[in-house]
Parts: sequence; C-alpha cells; structure tokens
Amino acid sequence: MSNSTIAAGDAPAASRRSSKVLSRRRRKMQSALVAYSFIAPNFLGFAVFTLGPILFAFVLAFMHWDGSNAITFAGLDNFWRLFEDKVFIAAFWNTIIYTVVSVPATLACALGLAILLNQKIFGRDFFRTAMFFPYVASLVAVAVVWNMIFNPEMGPVNMILYTLGLDPKDMPGWAADRHWAMVTVILFGVWKSMGYYMVIYLAGLQGINSELYEAADLDGANAWQKFLYVTLPQLGPTTFFVTVMLTIQSFKVFDQIYMITQGGPGTSTLVLVYHIYNEAFISWDLGYSSMIALVLFFLVLAVTVVQFRRQKED
Amino acid sequence: MKIAGRKVTAKSIAVYATVIVITAVMLMPFAWMLSASLKLSRDVFVFPIEWIPSQPQWQNYVDIWTKIPLGLFIYNTSKLTIIVTLLQLLTSSFAAYAFAKLDFPYKNTLFLGYIATIAMPWQVYMVPQFLLMREFGLNNTHLALICLQAFTAFGVFLMRQFYMSIPTELCEAARIDGMNEYQIWARIMLPLSKPALSTLTIFTFVTTWNDFLGPMIYLTKTELKTIQIGLRMFISQYSAEYGLIMAASVVALIPVLIVFLSLQRFFVEGVASSGLKG
Repeated sequence: MSNSTIAAGDAPAASRRSSKVLSRRRRKMQSALVAYSFIAPNFLGFAVFTLGPILFAFVLAFMHWDGSNAITFAGLDNFWRLFEDKVFIAAFWNTIIYTVVSVPATLACALGLAILLNQKIFGRDFFRTAMFFPYVASLVAVAVVWNMIFNPEMGPVNMILYTLGLDPKDMPGWAADRHWAMVTVILFGVWKSMGYYMVIYLAGLQGINSELYEAADLDGANAWQKFLYVTLPQLGPTTFFVTVMLTIQSFKVFDQIYMITQGGPGTSTLVLVYHIYNEAFISWDLGYSSMIALVLFFLVLAVTVVQFRRQKED
Repeated sequence: MKIAGRKVTAKSIAVYATVIVITAVMLMPFAWMLSASLKLSRDVFVFPIEWIPSQPQWQNYVDIWTKIPLGLFIYNTSKLTIIVTLLQLLTSSFAAYAFAKLDFPYKNTLFLGYIATIAMPWQVYMVPQFLLMREFGLNNTHLALICLQAFTAFGVFLMRQFYMSIPTELCEAARIDGMNEYQIWARIMLPLSKPALSTLTIFTFVTTWNDFLGPMIYLTKTELKTIQIGLRMFISQYSAEYGLIMAASVVALIPVLIVFLSLQRFFVEGVASSGLKG
C-alpha cells in the first residue's frame, strides 16, 4: 500500500498529494470491505430470515391469503374483523390478564428469592442453582409433570388439599376448570421463570453500596425499613428492567399454554399467540393471523417505547 | 446458642428453614418426575406419595427407546443444537467485532437493523417466515430451523457489548505488530471473550434444545422430529403410560442439566452482566 507514495520520489507535489488521497481512499475502501466480510455471514442470514419476514408481516396483514390461491388486497378488512372476532377479544383479554397477574407475581417472588439468597448462608450456590433450574428445564417435560401434579382427580396437590380437609366439591379443577385454568398456567409460568429474574436481582443487589446500609443502621432502621428505604429505591432500575422483560415475555406466552390447557377449557386460557397460530396453521387465514400478530407487535412496541423514554431520562 | 463456634440466631434458623422449604417446592416436580419414572403406571398416583419406589421399574428406561424413536429424536435435537450454537457463536462474534472495533460506512444503519428487531417477538413474523421457507422448499427440513435460529440480533448485540469493553489499544497494538483483522479477531478477541461466548452458548443451547413452536410448525415427519415434539407425540399416543412418559421426560432433561451444571458459573455471571434475552 505505502509503496506507491514512496515511489513517487521527485514527482510534482500535487500529484503526490493526489496519489496519497487515492491510496488513503483505497485503504479506506479495503478496510470497509474487511469490515463487511465480518458482518456478511450473520447479516445475510438475519436479513433474509428475520428482516424480510418482518416486512412481509406488515404487508400480509392487509391481504387475504390462504397460502395457495392468489393473494388479494384486503384493505382494512382484517383490522375491522378483529372487533367482531369474539375469540380474538377473549385472546386479547386473556393475554392482558396473564400479564397483569404473572408479572407482579414473578417480580415479587424473584425479589424475595434474591434477598434471601444474597445473604451469606451455607450452600448458597446450590440453592441458587436449584432456583434457576426450572428456567432451563425442557418445557414439554415439566409441563407434563405439572399436569400430573395438578390432576384434579388423582394429582398430589388435590390429594393434599383433601387430606387438609377440603371438601371434594370445592376442589379446584385446575387445568380442566375454566375458573382455575388461568391460575394453573400462571403458577407454572411463575415457577418456571422466577429463578432467571432472581439472578438479575442478585446482580442488582450486589451493586448497592453497603455504606447506605451502615448509615441506615446508624439511624436505627429495622430490617423492614432498610428494605423499604434503601433496597427498593436502589433496585429501581433493575425492577424497571425486569418489569419490561417480563411484560414482553408474557405478551408472547404460548408453549406452556399449548401444553397445559390447549387454550381451554373453552377460550379461558386462549392467548394472542395461540390465536395467531390457529388462524395461520389451522385455518390458513394468513392475512388475518398477521393482523393479530400486528396487535402483538404494537403491545410490545408500547412497552419498548416506555422503556426507551425512561432510559433517556436516566 | 453456639454450634461449632458460630452463633446460631433465631433469624438464621428462620432463613434456613425458608430457603429449604422454597427449594423443596421448586424441585418437587423434578423429584416427582424422577420417582414416577421408576414406577408402574398404575402406581404413579398412589397417595401418600412413595418418593422412593420399593420396586424400582428400571424397565421403563429400557422400554422408552423401543416405544418411540427416542434415540433418533435426541440425535436430531443434538445435531440441530450443535449446528445452531456453532453458527450463532461464529457469525455473531464475527459481526460483533466489526460493529465494536472497525469503522465502515452505514455501520450505525446496519446496527440499527439489529437493535430494532431485538425486542420483536418471533411470533409476530413466524407466519411470513414459514411461507418464505416453504417457498425455498425448506419445509420439513432441519435446515429451516437452523436458518431460523442461527442468526439472531441478540447474539450480535451481546457479543458487541462485550467487545466494546475490551480496550481498543489492544487491537491497535496488534495491528502495529502486523496482524490483520482476522488474526486480531481469532487470536485476541476470541480468547478474551470466553465469558460472553459461554453466556451465548448456554442461551442458544437451551433455546434450541427446548424450542417447541418452531419444530412443531416446520417438522411434521416423525423421522425429523426433535425431542420436544417427539416427547409431545409420545405423550398424546400413550397418555396413560405415566411411568414411561416420566422416564422419557427425565431423559429429555439430562443433556440440558449437564450443559447447565458445567457452565452455570458463566451462566449466572452472564445473565447478571448482560441482563438480557427475550
């Protein structure tokens, strides 16, 4: 590269400058090519299999298509249909209910666990690992156990309730009971994911300056006051982050519902992603299913925008 | 009260009791699974629970391999998981190096493409993606799932964040020593990024191994199925064979358990530091 500039020994200064500019430009282009060669393998796959389908999803929402016949333009048909579709309305509210209940429940459990396991106790690493394990465990395997444990007639949970003296008539029917199905699914979700958020909270706890606690001790604060006036405010950013993550996770819940209740009984646990799946792969109404997907997208977008605003403030 | 020179207070007893009870509840489903996997189907629901079966049915663990092609399912899943994880690690650390340490036109625009989709649920575009794969003739192939999972915004983002924390002077010094960018990536960045690579390995491994909806949409032929949908198929076919179902579930859990336990130190650090992942 540098040879060209050295070789121009007694050439006029102007040409030397231009060849320098040229070589610098060439070097710049070469380094850009190197950079692109680093990015290309991932970006090509990402563009084709993620970006492309995302753009297509927005178009498809305004089309009619069954996947084999010709695509036709639908205008806002799919959008208006949402308001008449009782299943969609049920799915929308079920998603909201799932989120509104499971997010605070998981948050509280995760925070409680983190505080408990942030103390110096014997076997702490074992306990942390045990709490985390449900998060990585195969969903199909643990969901089938869940169904057996919560089996209304024979499962150990109802057996224990029976031994404790609960009347068999008042026994919860869990996944088979329209009033309890959502509870069963939420319990499962909390159990499965709280260990993950516990780890994030543990990191947050370790970031709190211990002098704050010492100062609180000097002021004569008790444990509850320290939690309320030191720990909670200091964990504010972590809590916010965990809330956003959990909310997005809850909006797109599907697998566990598919395996525990199949969306039933009736539509009592049918959620948005379930409806997307049914409309697309059972009814082959691809345009309409993409419209439901757009609703999911805007729900997630709303949460992300809130997060972004908040981050800017900080 | 003092035991072994330590002061035992009412508070610490309460803490231990709480921790032990919660851990027991958290692990109860696994204990139940393990115990039921060694029972005859008719004994599974006997109450009070016999945690350690008096006559362990080891035969369950023999039968599952012949009742369903469990070995094939595990092979399929391992194949997919290993390929996806390797591709993910390789391509995202490659791309992340450019985003973190090199200058080039449209860098920010390209990176924005990743950032904009990081929170985008896959479920929003799974249908058009399926149609695209079908167009490519990838329906009912493992390649479809590989393409779907190997190039994620999350991987690039995670690796880039880590590379940003490595001093740029290190790369400059290597350039003066005559290394080219590929050598810098291979000899300096990769060895330094073990924590981030481990985090990404575990996330990708766990996600791919446990993925359910993806294989369910793409793989309808039994010989292509992964352990998750294979297990699901088994459960619907033999819904009353509780002992066998539990044995198969235990087998499906073991690989994840091994990977998790061997890398868990990195995992906890990784989750704590990146605090990400959808």
